[in-house]
Amino acid sequence: MTRFPLTLGLIALAASAQADTLAFVGAKLLPISSEPIEEGVLVIEDKTIAAVGPEGEVAIPDAAKVVDVSGRVIMPGLVDTHSHLGGPSGGDRSAALHPAVRALDSVNIRADAFRKALAGGITTINVMPGSGLLMSGQTVYLKLRAEADTIADWLYCEDPINDVCGGMKMANGTNPQGDKPMPGTRAKSAQMVRALFTEALAYREKKQRAQEEGEPPPPVDLGLEAVLQILDGERTVHFHTHRHDDVMTALRLGEEFGFKPVLHHVSEAWKVADEIAAAGVPASIIVLDSPGGKLEAVDVRWTNGAVLEEAGVPVAFHTDDGITDSRLFLRSAGFGVRAGMSREAALAAVTLTGAKILDLQDEIGSLDAGKDADFVILSGDPLSVYTHVEETWVEGTKVFDRDNPKQKLWATGGYGVFRGDDPAAHHVGGIQ
Amino acid sequence: MSLASRIFLALFLLLLVEAAAHAQIAVRGETVYTMTGGEPISDGVVLIADGKIEAVGAASQVEIPEDYRVFEAQVVTPGLIDAHNVVGLAGIYNTPHDQDQLDKTAPIQPALRALDAYNAREELVEWLRDLGITTVHTGPAPGALVSGQTMIVKTVGDTVAEATVVPVAMVAFSLSSAVERNFESPGTTSKGVAMLRQAFLDARAYGEKKASDKPVKPDLGKEVLLKVLEGELPALITAQTAVDITAALRLAEEFGFELILDGAADAYLVLDEIKAAGVPVILHPTMARPYGDMVNVAFNTAAKLAEAGIPFAIQGGYESYVPKTRVVLFEAAIAAANGLTKQQALAAITINAARILGIEEQVGSLETGKDADLVLFDGDPFEYASHVCTVIVEGEVVSNECR
Repeated sequence: MTRFPLTLGLIALAASAQADTLAFVGAKLLPISSEPIEEGVLVIEDKTIAAVGPEGEVAIPDAAKVVDVSGRVIMPGLVDTHSHLGGPSGGDRSAALHPAVRALDSVNIRADAFRKALAGGITTINVMPGSGLLMSGQTVYLKLRAEADTIADWLYCEDPINDVCGGMKMANGTNPQGDKPMPGTRAKSAQMVRALFTEALAYREKKQRAQEEGEPPPPVDLGLEAVLQILDGERTVHFHTHRHDDVMTALRLGEEFGFKPVLHHVSEAWKVADEIAAAGVPASIIVLDSPGGKLEAVDVRWTNGAVLEEAGVPVAFHTDDGITDSRLFLRSAGFGVRAGMSREAALAAVTLTGAKILDLQDEIGSLDAGKDADFVILSGDPLSVYTHVEETWVEGTKVFDRDNPKQKLWATGGYGVFRGDDPAAHHVGGIQ
Repeated sequence: MSLASRIFLALFLLLLVEAAAHAQIAVRGETVYTMTGGEPISDGVVLIADGKIEAVGAASQVEIPEDYRVFEAQVVTPGLIDAHNVVGLAGIYNTPHDQDQLDKTAPIQPALRALDAYNAREELVEWLRDLGITTVHTGPAPGALVSGQTMIVKTVGDTVAEATVVPVAMVAFSLSSAVERNFESPGTTSKGVAMLRQAFLDARAYGEKKASDKPVKPDLGKEVLLKVLEGELPALITAQTAVDITAALRLAEEFGFELILDGAADAYLVLDEIKAAGVPVILHPTMARPYGDMVNVAFNTAAKLAEAGIPFAIQGGYESYVPKTRVVLFEAAIAAANGLTKQQALAAITINAARILGIEEQVGSLETGKDADLVLFDGDPFEYASHVCTVIVEGEVVSNECR
């Protein structure tokens, strides 16, 4: 991994401030993958969860430093499946589809807006380019690790040049429409996407034929290579869509070319929940305090989460930050329950279901031995407005502490806390 | 039947319907927040007759008459008041067709009236009503030095006339970077303040001319600014940064008008100055995004205003995109989670909002004789998973579904 030489010294410093093995005792644990544990023990070793269970049933290693967290609630670090923190850019206005463009080339990991995520308990983020284009580019999955010099230190992939480090952002409906070269209608939008996928299929055939016939391969097409990753199931499509008919178009495109998109926002999900369930795709939804603001979102409902859960669709929430505030991500789960979701599904919707949507469920999303030690210590019930995130931990290192007066400001805001330098702010019109 | 008899019968039936709609109601709550200063009443009763509150007290003291329709709830509050929103002028669709919140043809337009643009049937008005907001101070959006006159409405009625509580409440001013974006001039903060000072001087001269016997060409805008100068209408000045807040205080000092600070994101930097000026604050939505003029916005500003003893209310504000309207109940909830007591947070969207708006004789608390505007909750009003289950406006049940 490229990040080692730069950061080894810093990591060593951080590690020296923490015991290698920590045992958090007395808190209520919400493992998400299993039933809540009233008085639990969470043991972490280095960067990994070593053990989770009820007090008395989990052996606390002799070397462990015991941390009394009585009265607190511990849950996995939150997973935000759709955010614009760090100023990601995607394609430009030169074309409607930009499969070769990577968000990871533009995200500023020093953007102070990421502090909002840490203060809100978010430890993993799918940072996406906007929705103003049919395919605005490749998204990037980030882990907000304590010590980071470059974006390489926040990636899930090993090699930012050759690995798949995120998904692909697509959009339909009105946002990507416009004057040429943008599509002018919904039908044109679908046609342009079909043309690209068809081109990618032909490109693959050409590559295969060249290989079979022992001829030199065709010139590498960066964009089509990325589309092939979608077709091969290596890269997830994150599909911005609001209206019920646009949802169906996204599903139809997936069916035609054999990929399963994650549906994002899905304002009218409640109208086509059974169809979404039948397609076997998950949804990543947003909670807005009122409907409207754009025509496609006039029919958005708080009940989307409950209706999708009932239909059997895996549901995650997202912040879409700057649309909703990363510090209040748990609020979305609260509103999910308000509108009829089960507590279990709502809490999974900000953790394990999100991890599954990003295909990171083996590493994050629940409190289970062997997973990354990413967790949040809360002052109380995660679905209560009065509850605060007290601490956020990533891979065994504390990255947010509300008791630290300076860091508390990340949670409350205040003079000079945020510089408003996050371009997400300026793109609000093109995000949601 | 003669025409006259038919009309008589129709009127009679209409009266019957009216009577049914205004049936006598008793509301019994496990906790009743009267917002009259003391602790909430445990197991309280509110009796409603003819659209007004008839009696309030403990169930042991207030007997529910037999023919009253009884509603029960865990928590009862007065109808909620949004001390500043643009709902009814800025609509749900966000297309030119339903966006009447700001005219950008000139930076100073005091003659524009909210009441000429308010759409009582706007879907977002209904959205707010169903979530317990029964009174809204609405009007033009910030973004012009003077954007027009505000009004106060109930979130009911089919026409602006039916909705109106106060047809002209305040005159809306803005000192913000938005003004500079919207107009070629003012292009700077200083220029904006200079233009406002000149406008007030012109209005004063206009008033003096009117007071003399000389003929005066009527000027709708100057008439309005004159009312501000003469104390008939308060000036609502939207100012977020400490620089703009202090500019607003200077203007009020120079011209002696009644000032209500609006937005005031940086208020915690100039608490002493605001306190000394005796100016109330209609605070920005707690969840406002930390960008632009509001980059320093903080969840605990309301708590700091409370601690400083500055009268304040919390507002839903103006949103240009999504959410198209904010719900002041939710904004107060975040303030309650960040240093305000539950009572203080409720006061910021009930009685204290009513006081700042000058309508505390009519709404804002549960007291005999006031409008029967009530909200019934199935739990703590501020909790994410609680619901607003019943909303009563002037004795009429306008929503009876938990949301």
